[in-house]
Amino acid sequence: MSVAPLLECKNLSISYAGRAGDVPAVVGFNLTLKPGEAHGLVGESGCGKSSIALAVMRYLGRAGRVVAGQILFRGRDVLAMNDAEMRRVRGGAIAMIYQEPMASLNPSMTIGEQLIEVPRYHEGVGHRDAALRARAMLDRVQMADATRIMHSYPHQISGGQQQRIVIAMALLSNPQLLLLDEPTTALDVTVEAGIVDLIRRISAEFGTSMLYISHNLGLVRETCDRITVMYCGEAVESGPIADVFRGARHPYTRGLFASNPSPAADKNSRPLRSIPGQLPSPRARPPGCLFGPRCEFFAVDRCDAQPVPIAPIAGSGDHSSRCLRVDEIAWDAAPAAISSRAAAVFGEVALQVNALTKRFGSVSANDGLSFEARRGETVAIVGESGCGKSTFAKILMGLLQANSGSVQLAGLELSRLPVTRRNPQTIRALQMIFQNPFDTLNPSHSIGSQIARVIRKLGVQRDAAKVREQVLELLDLVKLPRDFAARRPRQLSGGQKQRVGVARAFAGRPDVVVADEPLSALDVSVQAAVSELLIDIQRRERTTLLFISHDLSVVRYLADRVVVMYLGQIMEQGSTEQVFAPPYHPYTEALLAAVPIADQHYTKRKVLLSGEIPSASNPPVGCRFCTRCAYRIPGTCDRLAPPLQQVAPDHQIACHLPREQLAAMRPVFEEVTP
Amino acid sequence: MRNLVVRRAIQMLLIMLTVSLLLFAIFDSDQFREKAAVAELGGFGIATLSADDYHEWLQKKGLNEPFLARYAQWLKAVAHGDLGRSVEKDVAVATLLKESLANTAILAFFVLLGLIPIALTLGVLAGMNEGSRLDRVISVAAVITTSIPQIATAVLLTVILALGLGWVPAKSAMTDGWSFRPLVLPLLTLLLYDIGYLVRMTRAAMTEVMASQYIRTAVLKGLPPWRVIMKHALRNALVVPVTLIFLELNGLLSQVVVVEVFFQYAGFGRMLFDAANFGDIQVLQAATLVAIAVAVVSQLLSDAAYTFLNPRVRFK
Repeated sequence: MSVAPLLECKNLSISYAGRAGDVPAVVGFNLTLKPGEAHGLVGESGCGKSSIALAVMRYLGRAGRVVAGQILFRGRDVLAMNDAEMRRVRGGAIAMIYQEPMASLNPSMTIGEQLIEVPRYHEGVGHRDAALRARAMLDRVQMADATRIMHSYPHQISGGQQQRIVIAMALLSNPQLLLLDEPTTALDVTVEAGIVDLIRRISAEFGTSMLYISHNLGLVRETCDRITVMYCGEAVESGPIADVFRGARHPYTRGLFASNPSPAADKNSRPLRSIPGQLPSPRARPPGCLFGPRCEFFAVDRCDAQPVPIAPIAGSGDHSSRCLRVDEIAWDAAPAAISSRAAAVFGEVALQVNALTKRFGSVSANDGLSFEARRGETVAIVGESGCGKSTFAKILMGLLQANSGSVQLAGLELSRLPVTRRNPQTIRALQMIFQNPFDTLNPSHSIGSQIARVIRKLGVQRDAAKVREQVLELLDLVKLPRDFAARRPRQLSGGQKQRVGVARAFAGRPDVVVADEPLSALDVSVQAAVSELLIDIQRRERTTLLFISHDLSVVRYLADRVVVMYLGQIMEQGSTEQVFAPPYHPYTEALLAAVPIADQHYTKRKVLLSGEIPSASNPPVGCRFCTRCAYRIPGTCDRLAPPLQQVAPDHQIACHLPREQLAAMRPVFEEVTP
Repeated sequence: MRNLVVRRAIQMLLIMLTVSLLLFAIFDSDQFREKAAVAELGGFGIATLSADDYHEWLQKKGLNEPFLARYAQWLKAVAHGDLGRSVEKDVAVATLLKESLANTAILAFFVLLGLIPIALTLGVLAGMNEGSRLDRVISVAAVITTSIPQIATAVLLTVILALGLGWVPAKSAMTDGWSFRPLVLPLLTLLLYDIGYLVRMTRAAMTEVMASQYIRTAVLKGLPPWRVIMKHALRNALVVPVTLIFLELNGLLSQVVVVEVFFQYAGFGRMLFDAANFGDIQVLQAATLVAIAVAVVSQLLSDAAYTFLNPRVRFK
């Protein structure tokens, strides 16, 4: 006999009341979660995955409502419970961990007070005992210095620590089910690795079941037993992790995998394929299969005839798919070949950075940065928050002035030249693509007028007719329909807005484009398309692209050269192939090992990284990475600045380790031989 | 925290010095001096004041000294509580000011006594359940009371409560000694508007807090509703309203001009109005100084309260 399920969603449908009637968020969702099982819920933004978790907690806000179906927890219908029962379930039997730990903690209560509440109100434990239990739990989530933490306010500790507090708070009531809503999305990758490790350990130790909501396939693969892929409020595929990752049986899942860059594979061996089209609006859902309009296997009059049910795949155990043609598609056939790009040819040096240093009081945000970027080259600057990559971008753009050192653009010194004193020619030559396409377009101007303004301001073209002509050409360039010129930003999707951002940056035919995390606000399937576009335009225009990112997978895919930064200094730089293969700087190695990978063809080596990023105002003496480094040589690394070792032509590593030891490092990713 | 207070206190002193210099310079101009001379020498002075008489008067008053010397002298006198004499009433300005400020303070005290509990409670109740029936009733009422100018409220209340129902006297001159009943109309006039305003601010702060993620955390921790409101929401929601209450002190000083004049209540606003009508320069000068002092002090208190209530500012 099988074990009784802990959580069951039966035919669950959730809608949100809008001005023009109800908008469905989740339709006919089914889920069975057994005790001790971890189930991943994956999908892009707006697919309804968070609504499911909030519905389990019966917290859908005033607008949200379960319109059909049941949510059974231990066989009891959550929707039928009275308020007192619900309170016992919330934070008792079911606990939740949230995406943004800072926002999820009360800013005006100490962490101790917030932890102590849980045993106080769930078990009626006295204040002293509750405090003891809170402290013990802090130890279990590996928080050092528990006494100080208990008396701190949330803003006084780091993001990673905040998330450990939220986890400790969830575990204090010894829940049977944990709902994790993108618990590491707001965190740096090495911090994420620590939290994921903690979550895995906890589920093993406490036997807690987990519903793990994420957009990150790699994370789900590394933490869950089963996975459900959602699209437009429907589950499209569900099954054991190994089955789904080895043999996806829905075109959307397949598309997600194909558009997900892997830090393990280089770009020529596995080019990205984006999913064509875009998510349908919840009000205008296509007939039949919701994925139909974007599907390469779409069959007219069959796929759009009637709603497609999710059904078990014949002979597969419990792997099911919402695809009519699941038995007809040759799933294992290689996808149609993509014409590979010719290797870029780099020209003369376009941007030369030399010993650039920027201090804010005692914080040295940039400390002696030196590198160069050639014409037509994509140079990625990689690092976690606080590494100084954004400070560098601001100096380059003229929003900040450096304390010393130089930045030269075609011989012109920029490091102390504020943007207000730069001539239009220089501004035209150096443009930027911003992280958040939602905030960087003016909502009250049309797309066309915003691009036209750039063309006029940069002095490219003044004649009205010619400006208009150029706007249309730019829209062609970024593959947006020409009639978008008359649209307002709110009528565009995130990916489309970012295309406008690209068009705006390239309007003046710049020599150098700085792209500050241009993809991180976008969904995976859109990311692929925008990054392809970026490379295409850059190759054609022979622009130098400075790509600032924390995402190593994207960097491996896009960049020709990589600069790895940590606490304001460059740890390693070299060509992409060099940086992603041994010898590594120990920090690069840790960064790579921290990236969750979705690709079944690779295994990852575990690299231990201790502690958190130290405060930039009080950086460690000697090597700045020494406090977290697994290879630390006591007496050397914590006293002397590391030498810059030239391990190969054009490949530099700032490290004390002897060259032989660096050379002997094993690759972080290894291909699995089938 | 203490640093902030010290820094702000120094700022405050500098502001007061600057303002006093400006005030002195303005009231020291020839126009005003001539006006003062006319007032002091009597009604006939207007016709008869010759240039010689005027100079003699200046000489006698010591007004021919250099500007800065006179400013220093004036400052010293102010510091010693000598604010000059009221020409109209023929009493020391300090005495006049003390009485009228005391009366206004009584009014302000009762305003705050009603305002704080009523407005905060209504605002919190409205903001707790955004869009609920209670919220809509409270919000609409608040919009109405803040939409009517105080002078109109004063007229309406007089017509209804005093002339119509005869419950309270229409005027608050209190010629037969102090009593509470004449205070009701000015109080209600001030309260209606101020409660509406503070309710709207409190409601806005409360709805924002209730929609925040940490309230979601608190609810999904399984805490009882009263605990979520009292412990998690209020502390954060009241930061803005509390700072506003301190700023309200300053706002009251302007509002009382309308209300006290209308109801003939012998307070600061009434005094200011009379002095302006009569051209009682030294009274005006002193009243302006006091008004600015109140403004600066209420700013200081408001900042201190904000810092105290907000750990993110308190513990950097």
